[in-house]
Parts: sequence; structure tokens; C-alpha cells
Amino acid sequence: MNAKDIKAVSEMKAELTAPPFVPKSTADREATKLKVDMEILEETGEMADGVEYVYWTFGGSVPGSFIRTKVGDEVEFTLKNHPDNKLPHNIDLHAVNGPGGGAASSFVAPGHEITFSFKTLNPGLYVYHCATAPVGMHIANGMYGLILVEPEEGLAPVDREYYVMQGDFYTKGEFGEQGEQPFDMQKAIDEDADYVVFNGSVGALTGDGALQAKVGETIRLFVGNGGPNLVSSFHAIGEIFDRVHVEGGDLINENVQTTLIPAGGAAIVEFEVDVPGELVLVDHSIFRAFNKGALAMINVTGEEDKDVFAGTIQEGIYLPEGGTIQSMPSDDEDDAKEETAAVELSKAEKMELGKKVYGSTCFACHQADGQGIENAFPPLANADYLNDDVNRAIDIVLRGKSGEITVNGKTYNSVMTAQNLTDKEVAAVMTYIYNSWDNNGTEVTEEMVRKVRKK
Amino acid sequence: MFSKILSIVVIMFFSLISFGQKESMALIEGGTYIPLYGSDSMPVNVVDFKIDKYPVTNAEFKEFLEENPKWRKSNVIALFADGNYMRHFKNDTELKEGELQNAPMTNVSWFAAKKYCECQGKRLPTLDEWEYVGMASEKRADARTKDEYNKFILSWYEKPNSYNQEIGSTFKNYWGVYDMHGLVWEWTQDFNSVLISGESRKDVDGSNDLFCGGAAVGSSDLMNYAAFMRYAFRGSIKANYSVRNLGFRCAKSINKPNQ
Ligand code: HEC
Ligand SMILES: [Cu+2]
Repeated sequence: MNAKDIKAVSEMKAELTAPPFVPKSTADREATKLKVDMEILEETGEMADGVEYVYWTFGGSVPGSFIRTKVGDEVEFTLKNHPDNKLPHNIDLHAVNGPGGGAASSFVAPGHEITFSFKTLNPGLYVYHCATAPVGMHIANGMYGLILVEPEEGLAPVDREYYVMQGDFYTKGEFGEQGEQPFDMQKAIDEDADYVVFNGSVGALTGDGALQAKVGETIRLFVGNGGPNLVSSFHAIGEIFDRVHVEGGDLINENVQTTLIPAGGAAIVEFEVDVPGELVLVDHSIFRAFNKGALAMINVTGEEDKDVFAGTIQEGIYLPEGGTIQSMPSDDEDDAKEETAAVELSKAEKMELGKKVYGSTCFACHQADGQGIENAFPPLANADYLNDDVNRAIDIVLRGKSGEITVNGKTYNSVMTAQNLTDKEVAAVMTYIYNSWDNNGTEVTEEMVRKVRKK
Repeated sequence: MFSKILSIVVIMFFSLISFGQKESMALIEGGTYIPLYGSDSMPVNVVDFKIDKYPVTNAEFKEFLEENPKWRKSNVIALFADGNYMRHFKNDTELKEGELQNAPMTNVSWFAAKKYCECQGKRLPTLDEWEYVGMASEKRADARTKDEYNKFILSWYEKPNSYNQEIGSTFKNYWGVYDMHGLVWEWTQDFNSVLISGESRKDVDGSNDLFCGGAAVGSSDLMNYAAFMRYAFRGSIKANYSVRNLGFRCAKSINKPNQ
């Protein structure tokens, strides 16, 4: 039957979900009159630890709420612009056949709402976004999300479904610069992104936010790319995509390592997770992953399967670096960073700054709780090597380290790049580490760092 | 005798007011300017006029309501003001907790703003007059080519909730006018004379080549972006709308005796 001829028999309110979750399948229901109620909010959020950003959102999240429809639905869409908002907005749904994807009929001033309707004709995964002038700025501030139009029979059942969307952000300060960071139009025009992230902020999907799965389960990711500028080379470290609905459409490709997701486009990727551990989702334009935030985790729990993965070989190709500019280990004496004379921070201040430096610089390798990754990155939590010699530890941060070392009885033979940090930052991050995770509580001063630097 | 004194006092009082009024407005020397955005980018002539140095405040609007009960929240006709009208007032006369007397009056419809100005013997500024005054930075009458100036405007457009600040809290421009940018949007007489449909990519088609033309990206783009957002905002509102971030100020023509 032609999608146009499908009659919507009943009426229901659409379930909308914030990322990374998606509403339940439409397989069990008929085409219906689906009422979507979405509110636009302009609000301050956290782009990274200690970095504030004003987001413009569909439904209070970046990306906006996930909308799940099926072919033949008559969608009645109400768009509300919160009264405290400063700007008019609208919505262009790529799932709509009609001028501007609904943009012209959805233009709405702060404190007002507007209702329009459309029929879903083509199955697929589509991007929606704001198209108010200047369009790029509205998108750059987070105004995008995904709408799924399921085929009549619904998508095949899987164990878990998640919603992940990439976006690039342009801020006045460089990556990690603390405080409130306004949008930088010039950088946006130059396509010089400071942040490239999944789900709106650095770390949205790592640590506590990591996606969860169990060995043997099939996972479906609805992956979008809001842009505004960058195309994503979407890849899962340690996993092959069994199936990819290329560009969110009908075409299915199998056994895909990396799938391209254009700005303003999407893909559905499916894979079975075979072994326990952490899968890392990245934009394989790899500096974006380790220096700009395009990194997400899937925590897979369950039984080991040695046939699939023996566990002795690590992800050796990827040397995840922190956000700080890296340089190879060196013995160079005079590349000490200029330091403006300043007062020593209190211990509490060091802990605070140190936590941020850790989050933006060391976290990618040594992990959230300093536990490290076996065979690749040594632990900093309750680490004998660290606690034995503070000057040696400072030296490693300043100049990097390669060669074999033994930490808590395990040997590591890898490379840590030198970290380009100021004395203040090094003192703070070392103090933070020594006073966390059962370490010996040493307070590192800037003077100690200076001495090691001069050595 | 007594009534004579009274009338002198009254006359003095009124002349004080009108004196005060003179002081409260800035004289703008006319000139030509090219609008940043519109159906065609022809130079527009702006003749000398006066404009309020500050946006109208909550306190000033309350005074107006005392004399014009028709415009109180409880009396106003829906045709002239939608449900958001005076939303930051508890009732017809009192502001809600936390709202400042000296902050710009917002949540006010175009009809009410127009009436207010008329009752002061003034009118709303035209869109061209407003844009003409809005070109000025602290030092220059036309600062639209200055990066910093445009960045300031853009960063304000991004920040939520700037309305509840006292008037005069942003910069004083070349003409001695405050708060043209950085506090609230402002009504103009012909606010929707440049039609933006909301389908901004279409609006761009044709004469204006903001997104298509120039290879060189510079301050002119930034300034266009800023202007674009103003016009987009104006295009989204209707005369009976009341918006939390939208206030107004009044203007006045100068009647040259020899004309
Ligand atoms: C690019 C990944 C990476 C980053 C980023 C990184 N490290 Fe390391 N780190 C390593 C590796 C690999 C080793 C082991 C080097 C070896 O085998 O010789 C190591 C070793 C160490 C050691 C000594 C071993 C131990 O467990 O005590 C310390 C201390 C240390 N890192 C601290 C830091 C601090 C502090 C930061 C952030 C400022 C940081 N590292 C950032 C990869 C990294
Ligand atoms: Cu928008």
C-alpha cells in the first residue's frame, strides 16, 4: 500500500526521550495521529568540566528529544518557544516532504507556540534542526536531533537501542579553557572547531554516562550528526558494525569498520557485542576524539570468550592522548613554559583545578578513577610506582616516559607523551592524584615542579 | 491669589517635566545608511529626530497605567495584547517579587507601546531610525565594521535572561543613547516591514548574498549575522504579542519651523 493511503486510525501522544534513550518500537501499533509536543529552551550547560556554554535546545537536551514515528503516521507537531527565551526559532524536519521541512510554518516567537502537521511517507532515520537566521548559529548552539520513521513492520527487535549524535562547537576560548565560553562566529565560519562531541558535551557518554550492554546482546545505535560543519567518520574501537543502514535509508551494508555520517545526516548501526570490556565510540578523524571530545564508551559486562578475544593484545594502534598538546618524551632542558609569577594555590584550590586538568588531560588514558587500562596505561590509583617517588612522577608528566616500568606488580612498556602544562597545573594535578584513590596524600608545590623542570 | 500661586506652581511643574523630557531624549543627526538586510540594499535617508536615551521602565509604564486604566492587564482587549501581557506583574499595579522598578518594561504589546509614546507626545521610532541609532558604538556613529562591536551584539543575542537589569547598565553610544544592545529587544513602528518568513534560507535568495556570495569572510559577515537576528526576531512577532525580552523606547520628529 502507498504510504499516502494509510489511514491513521487512532490518536496518541508521542513519547519523547532525551539522549541516549529512544522511545519504544512502533512495531505493535497501527499508523496513528501522533501528537508531538516539543519545547525550545535556551539554557546554560556544561561543555566540559568547568566550561560553561549557553545551549539552545529542543526539549532541554543536546541533541533534542528523539521522536519515533512510523510510516503513515499523521504527526501533529506543536512547537513551544519558552517565554524567557530571547530568540525566535523553528524546526526543519528532514522527514517531511514539503517546503522547508516545516520551517516556514513553525516559525515561533518567544512565549508562543505553533502547531503544524505532516504525514510520514518515507521510512528512515532523519535529522531535524532549527533553520532560523543565522541557521549555522542555531545549529552550532545545539538545535538538532533525530526523528525515526519506522517501516510498517517496525525495525527488527534488538536487545538495546541508544541515541548518539555528534556535533561540533565553537567557543571563544580554546578547548578546556575554564569559565563561561561564548559562541565564536568567526571560528564557526572558519570551521575551526574547539569541541567535537557526542551528545552535547565532553564526557556525556563516558564514566557514569557510559552506555551499558551485556555480552551476547545486539545493540542498535541511532547515530546522527548535527554538524554544523564536520562530517563524522563514525567508528567503534574494538567492534565491527554487523549492519549499517547507510545514511539512515533502506540500503544495508554489512561488516563495516567506519561509516561516514554527513552533517545533517544519520545512520543506524547494529552489532552484537562479543566480549566484555569497554568499547570506545569515536569520530575516527582521530584528533577530534582525543583532543576535542568525540569519544563515548559502551560498558560491556559478562563472561569472557577467549575464542573471540584472547585479551593479551591491546588496542595498540590508539594511543589516546589527553586534550593538552602532546609532544614526544624529551630530555630538552629549556622548553620550560613561561610562568607568570603568581601566588601558590591553596590545597583546596589545587584539588579543584587538578580535578579539571585530570579530566581534560589524563583521563583518556588513566581513566576516570585512576584505574588505568591493563597492559596499556598503568594505574594511578593506589599505585606503588607513583607513591614511591614524587619527583620521578613529576618528571614523567613534564617530560613523558617510555620503556618498561612495573606498577603494582604488572609491567608496562609503552609511551606516555610529555604533557604541555604550566607549573601551576602540574602541581594541581599531582596534588589531586596524590590525594585521591588511596594514594599517600603528598601535596605537590609549584616549587617542586620548577625544580624538576630545571633538572 | 491662592489659585494664582497654584497655577504658577503647576506651570513650573509642567515646564520642569517638559524640560526633563528634553533632557531625556537625544538628538540624532540624520544621514543616509544602507540597511543591512532587506528586499534591496538601497541607501535610506534618515532625517534628524530625537529618541529616548533609555528604554521605558517598569515604573514609568506603571504611571501610564494609572492614567490609562484601559491598558491595565485586567482591562486590555485581547486584540491589543496577548496572554503574556504584563506577565511580570502580580496584578495591575505591582511587579512580581524580584522585578526591578528601573528595569526596562517588557511583556508589552506593540499597541500598548505605541499608545504609551503617544500619551507622551511621542511616537515609536521607525525601523530605519532604530537601526540608524543602533549602528553606533561608544565612539563612532557607525561601528558596524568593527569586529568587537559585532561580537558584543552577537554574544548578547546568545545570552538568556538579560531583561531584569536596570536601564543604563550597558554602554552609552555616540549619540548619548543607552542600551540599544545588550538589554532587551525593542519595538519599532514598522517592525515587520521587512518580512522574514522563518524559512531563512529562502529569505536569503535573491538580492541579498549573505550566505551565497562573498568568498572573503570578515566583519561584514559578522555584522550581517547580528542584523539578521534582529530582523528574524521582528519577523516572528505580531503587534499583539508580549515578549519577556522585548521592550521599547519612544522617538519624536523635529518640526522645523521653516518646513
Ligand atoms: C597518551 C596517554 C597518556 C596520557 C594522556 C597520560 N598518561 Fe601517564 N602514562 C601513560 C603511559 C603509557 C604510562 C606508562 C609509560 C611507560 O610504560 O613507560 C604512563 C605513566 C604515568 C605515570 C607513572 C606510572 C604510574 O602509574 O604511576 C604517572 C605518574 C603518570 N603517567 C601520570 C600522568 C598524569 C598526571 C597525566 C595527566 C597530566 C598523564 N599521566 C597523562 C599514558 C598517558
Ligand atoms: Cu533556533
